[in-house]
Amino acid sequence: MHVVIIGNGISGITTARWLRKLGDAKITVISSESDYFFSRTALMYMYMGHMRLQDTQPYENWFWKKNRIELLNDHVTSIDFQSKTLGLQKSEDLSYDKLVLALGSKSNKFGWPGQDLNKVGGLYHLQDLVEMEKHSNNLKRAVIVGGGLIGIEMAEMFHSRHIPVTMLVRESNYWNNVLPEEEATIISNHIRSRNIDLRLNTNLKEIINDGEGNACGVITAETEEKINCGYVGLTAGVSPNIGWLKDSELNTNRGIVVNKYLQTNIDGVYAIGDCAELSEPIKGRRPIEAVWYTGRMMGETAAYNIMDHKVAYDPGIWFNSAKFIDIEYQVYGDVLAHPPENHNSLFWQDNSGEKSVRIVYDRDNLWVKGFNLLGIRYRHEVCEKWIKQKTSIEDVLINLKLAHFDPEFYETYEQEIINTYNRTSNRTLKSNGASGLNKVLQFLNA
Amino acid sequence: MNQVYKSLSIANPEPLNLSLAQKIYSAIGIIGLGILLIAATGLNLPNPSSCLFISLILISIGVIGFAYQTFKTQSPGIKNNGIWFSSAMSRGLMGWGLGIFITGFYVLLYWYPSVLGLGTDGNSNTGLISFFDPLSFLLKGSAASEWFVYGTLYTLAIIIFGIRFIWKYRHNKYQVLRTLSVMFFQLGFAFLIPEFMQKLNYPYNDMKNMWPLNYYFFDEWNIKSFLSTGNVGLLMLILGVAMIFVISPILTYLYGKRWYCSWVCGCGGLAETAGDPFRHLSDKSLKAWQFERWSIHLVLVFSFVMTAGVIFSFFHNNPTGYWLNKSTFMIIIAVLLIALIYAFSRPQLFKNKLDLKAIKIFISIAAASLVIMLINFFTGSGNAFFIDFYSLRSTYGFLIGAAFSGVVGVGFYPLMGSRVWCRFGCPMAGLLGIQQKIFSRFRITTNGNQCISCGNCSTYCEMGIDVRSYAQKGQDIIRASCVGCGVCAAVCPRGVLRLENGSKDIYEKGLDIRNDHVKLIG
Ligand SMILES: Cc1cc2nc3c(=O)[nH]c(=O)nc-3n(C[C@H](O)[C@H](O)[C@H](O)COP(=O)(O)OP(=O)(O)OC[C@H]3O[C@@H](n4cnc5c(N)ncnc54)[C@H](O)[C@@H]3O)c2cc1C
Ligand code: SF4
Ligand code: SF4
Repeated sequence: MHVVIIGNGISGITTARWLRKLGDAKITVISSESDYFFSRTALMYMYMGHMRLQDTQPYENWFWKKNRIELLNDHVTSIDFQSKTLGLQKSEDLSYDKLVLALGSKSNKFGWPGQDLNKVGGLYHLQDLVEMEKHSNNLKRAVIVGGGLIGIEMAEMFHSRHIPVTMLVRESNYWNNVLPEEEATIISNHIRSRNIDLRLNTNLKEIINDGEGNACGVITAETEEKINCGYVGLTAGVSPNIGWLKDSELNTNRGIVVNKYLQTNIDGVYAIGDCAELSEPIKGRRPIEAVWYTGRMMGETAAYNIMDHKVAYDPGIWFNSAKFIDIEYQVYGDVLAHPPENHNSLFWQDNSGEKSVRIVYDRDNLWVKGFNLLGIRYRHEVCEKWIKQKTSIEDVLINLKLAHFDPEFYETYEQEIINTYNRTSNRTLKSNGASGLNKVLQFLNA
Repeated sequence: MNQVYKSLSIANPEPLNLSLAQKIYSAIGIIGLGILLIAATGLNLPNPSSCLFISLILISIGVIGFAYQTFKTQSPGIKNNGIWFSSAMSRGLMGWGLGIFITGFYVLLYWYPSVLGLGTDGNSNTGLISFFDPLSFLLKGSAASEWFVYGTLYTLAIIIFGIRFIWKYRHNKYQVLRTLSVMFFQLGFAFLIPEFMQKLNYPYNDMKNMWPLNYYFFDEWNIKSFLSTGNVGLLMLILGVAMIFVISPILTYLYGKRWYCSWVCGCGGLAETAGDPFRHLSDKSLKAWQFERWSIHLVLVFSFVMTAGVIFSFFHNNPTGYWLNKSTFMIIIAVLLIALIYAFSRPQLFKNKLDLKAIKIFISIAAASLVIMLINFFTGSGNAFFIDFYSLRSTYGFLIGAAFSGVVGVGFYPLMGSRVWCRFGCPMAGLLGIQQKIFSRFRITTNGNQCISCGNCSTYCEMGIDVRSYAQKGQDIIRASCVGCGVCAAVCPRGVLRLENGSKDIYEKGLDIRNDHVKLIG
């Protein structure tokens, strides 16, 4: 059996690795972005000089040959699903028995005037980095449009090279369509404290052409203000990179529609990662989740299904993480920007204002639902188990030290957090003191 | 062409310009260094003691001021900005220049101290070494030796670059505390106390410097110097032996080898402070790891064989009349080796996982030593091994003690990263590493599935451990070479890694691959 995987990102590569673990199929991975798998999440660190491209590659180059995974650097231009062949830009047509589409995303463009000028770019592919690099010398100001996770990374990148940055954010607070208001405020303040010019409630109207096809500034929608700049970063989200498949027999919506076995409407064709849209999303989750972790889980699940071990895709309890300049962020479970009535939340913030813990729990039965952490690290498995087991918030608080994951000698805040709860709920809970790896393992193995 | 985007052929970004203040501090530091270099040429400077003082102060101001200027404009947090764009820190021209300069200094220090001005045949010192005479008289009442000059510069480097390091990691308490610790041990235990002790006619002894790192600990002259200075000397001898056999294994059991390698040791201290700007240059490839496992354990065996030989000849030359003599000593060593071979052939005895390759390395090395030793003994030679132990001892001193630990170990910082010696050569690290791997409670745990495979941890691991390869599988890291510097955990942008001690479950947890999502098929 010849399995061809289009896309060498985390999802496609995970499928390839698992196919090899599970059997003896011939495996080919095609990508026109890079020769070898690299970590897209590390793009910013290349630009900032923390790492080189080879440092971001999770496997050494010999790995692929040793595991008999063929890599092909080429662009797939067409797919004939009937004859099961791929048309390629550089090489001969390639036939497959099973096909995995792991095409990833592309940066959104919302039809802004000037969006296709020179010196305008997103941040998704390696080639975007090359563009940024090309225009960074003597850059006087960059304007970033969109305030999600990629926008703040781009801001930090320019900032690291002492290039002034203006960020246009549509929302009234940074990322407050995802973060609860308090956290959004902490991050907004943090961005400003780093001398990044953050403009909230601000949309882009147009990008100005300098007359030679280069961007030289932007005009905002609300105030019609003109901001001069030498580069415009478009980071208003991403969407599945499937434009070229829209008119094929493949069932597509925003993404490539797949069932819970990650199969598309065409037999033997699978779609995973950023480009896949679940026809029946898991309750409370979105049909497309463009994050690293789900791509990895889908990649593994798809490999099983291709090898005829039917497994439904089940990503488990939601988790994610990010870093907002210097503030680390972790989330486990349901923490919503606009929570339903029955979600109570315990929110604690330290004196510096840059660390916070939010624990969401059910108002009626006190079951813990989620954790939202800024500047503090909690242990994933412990939080997950509490959520899964519907542990009451009070039990969680008493045992909160088990979740502690900050480095040794760091200050601990568990009792302060408990006191916050005690004050609002009129209780007198105290930490039971259980901490340390042995206790954690006891809890996890119980 | 810049290495960062080599495959994309992009020009090097403009180097970040130094601020005026940074330029001034650089100039101050260079003037300080210049004074030392002038002194080294043998030119007579007026009032040498003030000149020395001024020079050392200028160097310190230069380094600390430069670091302050660099980090004060940056908010606390990980800021490895531009490291791979810097010529000095990415094996560029500056890096090579620096490497050659330091290597050259070590070559002169070890083999041509007279070039540095060491007075031979009773002549007084000249040049650089005489420049340090006033300080030496002040501390220990005698003229400087090349080792005094070296010790002073070494200690100064740990302190001023330690201050730089603390500034850089000021948001991280673990990093701050352990750096204060190495600064303290270097200044007190390695520098001041031994010099004072010598002034008081006690043996010169750096108490934290254990065998086998301190390879002359069991040398006849060293033992005799302990024994000839009464109770204090005897106490030091006993402490030294207790460190090796009792204190160190206990601490390693409790906290891993980090208690020594990144909290106490002087070599580690220099690597962590002056070597910090080069930590990312360590080779992370599988090949490098395979090489490392052989090289470090071979050095360990070499030092073991050499020491056994030294002690054997000690007994040979000084018949004791006690139960402890050259025959019983031989028996003890033989029993020890047999026990080791036995233990390694039954890895299930150990708490932690050992892979087959490591076991093979250990068994073959131990068996070879045993055979060689027994042949020697029964042929009745005065040597413990085929080679005359004096030449063995001096070969070790030359190859390992000088060439490896000094010339390569420090001189190659800008080329191979800051822990070349600790990783490939240090017998102490080898010994503690075996203990760490077999019975320590120390490991680095990974936080569930949070790893994004970015590679920061592997890049900044000075020991060249591919931390990411474990983290992305959700596997705990239990590696003999890990010195527990904690930098992988500090640079991880997703809070995935934690250095921990815990007695339970280390074996299963080390094997457990938590990122296997579909737990279906065995
Ligand atoms: C800057 C940045 C930071 C991020 N940080 C995080 C983070 O911190 N945490 C997190 O969870 N997620 C993060 N993400 C999201 C995460 O990186 C993506 O969800 C993930 O990489 C998607 O993986 P994938 O395998 O689905 O697709 P991709 O990694 O996009 O791989 C698809 C590949 O297929 C290639 N391809 C597409 N079409 C063709 C074709 N026709 N022919 C040949 N090749 C083709 C593409 O060029 C690409 O190389 C980040 C994303 C970006 C851009
Ligand atoms: S694995 Fe981490 S703690 Fe261990 S030596 Fe490497 S960077 Fe330091
Ligand atoms: S452990 Fe952290 S630093 Fe290492 S690869 Fe994973 S996310 Fe990156």
